[in-house]
Amino acid sequence: MSRVPAARVATAPPVAHPRRRRGFIRTYLTPKQAIPGRARLVLAVGSFVVVVGVWWLLAVLVQNALFVPSPYQVVVTWWDMMVNLGFYNDVGWSAFRIVAGFVLAAAVAVPLGLLMGSFEAVRSFFNPPINAIRYMPASAFIPLLILLQGLGEDEKITIIWIGVFFQLVLMVMDIAHRVPDEMLNVAYTLGASRWTVFYKVFLPATFPEVVDALRITMGWAWTYLIVAELVAAEHGIGSFILIAERYLRADRIIAAIITIGVLGLITDALFAVAHRVAFPYVEKVRA
Amino acid sequence: MSEIEISDVAMRFRSRHGEVRALERISLTVPDGQFACIVGPSGCGKSTLLMVAAGLITPTEGEVLVNGKPTFEPGADRGMVFQSYSLYPWLSVRRNIEFGPEIKKVPAAERRETSSELIHLMKLDGFADAYPKVLSGGMKQRAAIARALAGDPEVLLMDEPFGALDAQTRQIMQELLTDIWQRYRKTVLFVTHDIEEAIFLGDVIYVMTHRPGRIRTTLAVDIPRPRTFETLSGPRFAELRNQVVGVIHEESLKAVESELARA
Repeated sequence: MSRVPAARVATAPPVAHPRRRRGFIRTYLTPKQAIPGRARLVLAVGSFVVVVGVWWLLAVLVQNALFVPSPYQVVVTWWDMMVNLGFYNDVGWSAFRIVAGFVLAAAVAVPLGLLMGSFEAVRSFFNPPINAIRYMPASAFIPLLILLQGLGEDEKITIIWIGVFFQLVLMVMDIAHRVPDEMLNVAYTLGASRWTVFYKVFLPATFPEVVDALRITMGWAWTYLIVAELVAAEHGIGSFILIAERYLRADRIIAAIITIGVLGLITDALFAVAHRVAFPYVEKVRA
Repeated sequence: MSEIEISDVAMRFRSRHGEVRALERISLTVPDGQFACIVGPSGCGKSTLLMVAAGLITPTEGEVLVNGKPTFEPGADRGMVFQSYSLYPWLSVRRNIEFGPEIKKVPAAERRETSSELIHLMKLDGFADAYPKVLSGGMKQRAAIARALAGDPEVLLMDEPFGALDAQTRQIMQELLTDIWQRYRKTVLFVTHDIEEAIFLGDVIYVMTHRPGRIRTTLAVDIPRPRTFETLSGPRFAELRNQVVGVIHEESLKAVESELARA
């Protein structure tokens, strides 16, 4: 801004232009403040680059491919596993167990949770034992289930069932419990019967959050499956990892773990897409 | 004829500090086509009274009669509008409005006619197929009122319907509601803590007292209809407002004193 002669200032005082500050601190270190979209993308990609970079650096520094293989080696190993070791077969077995255990758990947990959330009588009856069992780690049941069921598929599926069911049923119960009374009351004052209120208002009001709960518990199912397979299994990613350990093949273990991670990401994305397609009316709470 | 009568209703709760008398011997009748307002300080039990009228709570004593017949359960004869809109987020505006007719198995063509008319009257044109999430607060409440009207109730019960709206929107909504009422002449029981709102809308105002909730004064609002924005600046409006403010102020003081005495 050019200087103005003093005489003119007196007649027309210059308007103060507060400079809009867009400094680094203001943009990036204001709590809960949104950052530019490009910065978000750069950070997301950057984190991935950093992780792989550190790993690679470590591999170079250690110079021991047996224990710290480089990312490149792991990719080569993964391809070798798929082509020569039939790893896709193990992935298939694990996926089958996950889906079977998860579907069986959800098939019981969702209806029971909805009933518990809406009827106090059902809740009072089922809540105490379920709440207690929830604190017993599913993996601790493995030896018992091996005794009872042997080493077959039913044992693995039961582990997943236990791990998912007791968590999911309580999550669904909470969701059902949170349906606002007024939503139901409005329907009553429009002449709806109890049954109509239940299936036309109560159930649809819970659906979006139930799908969210399924998505979260699906992630936990992987954990229980791998533990079960590590303990005793003929096929599956967990058993593949165990065998790789016996042959000192860290590269195969890492490749298998990353495979699980990618499978998890894919299921999560599928759930997210299904949610968006099935429930376009849900208000987005967070980005 | 659509008339609602609240007859000797009392409501008591048991709490840790003994018995709470929320409502005590309340009787009032809203005759066919009257717009009645219940005003009172917060916590006086006016919302509880409305829930009783709707049949959503069973009173400890007394009963609610619609057209002379006692009621025991909520039903389509008493439509309700809540402060929190409570539209069904998974239904479009139109399907929300058609919810009542749909339950009553009204043929689709007739339902559509009803909803189209109400969408237009409630100034929701262009939003028929939108989900509630895209509506503003005022639009949501207009849709909720349309939904209640579509159910064609004998009596419309409204529980602080404009309580969550900003002052400007609220004024517009009040004007819209008087227009709609002028058209349908529904029997309305309207609960609010806003004195001016009650005077602007009502034919009669019941002023409720703080615990135990009782009807302290009944005032007839003799301001001619149709009422418009200008009504608010009229001399009669100011007189009535001062009258109600006086009664409520006295009551609020009593409430504070009784709280002090208990402390």
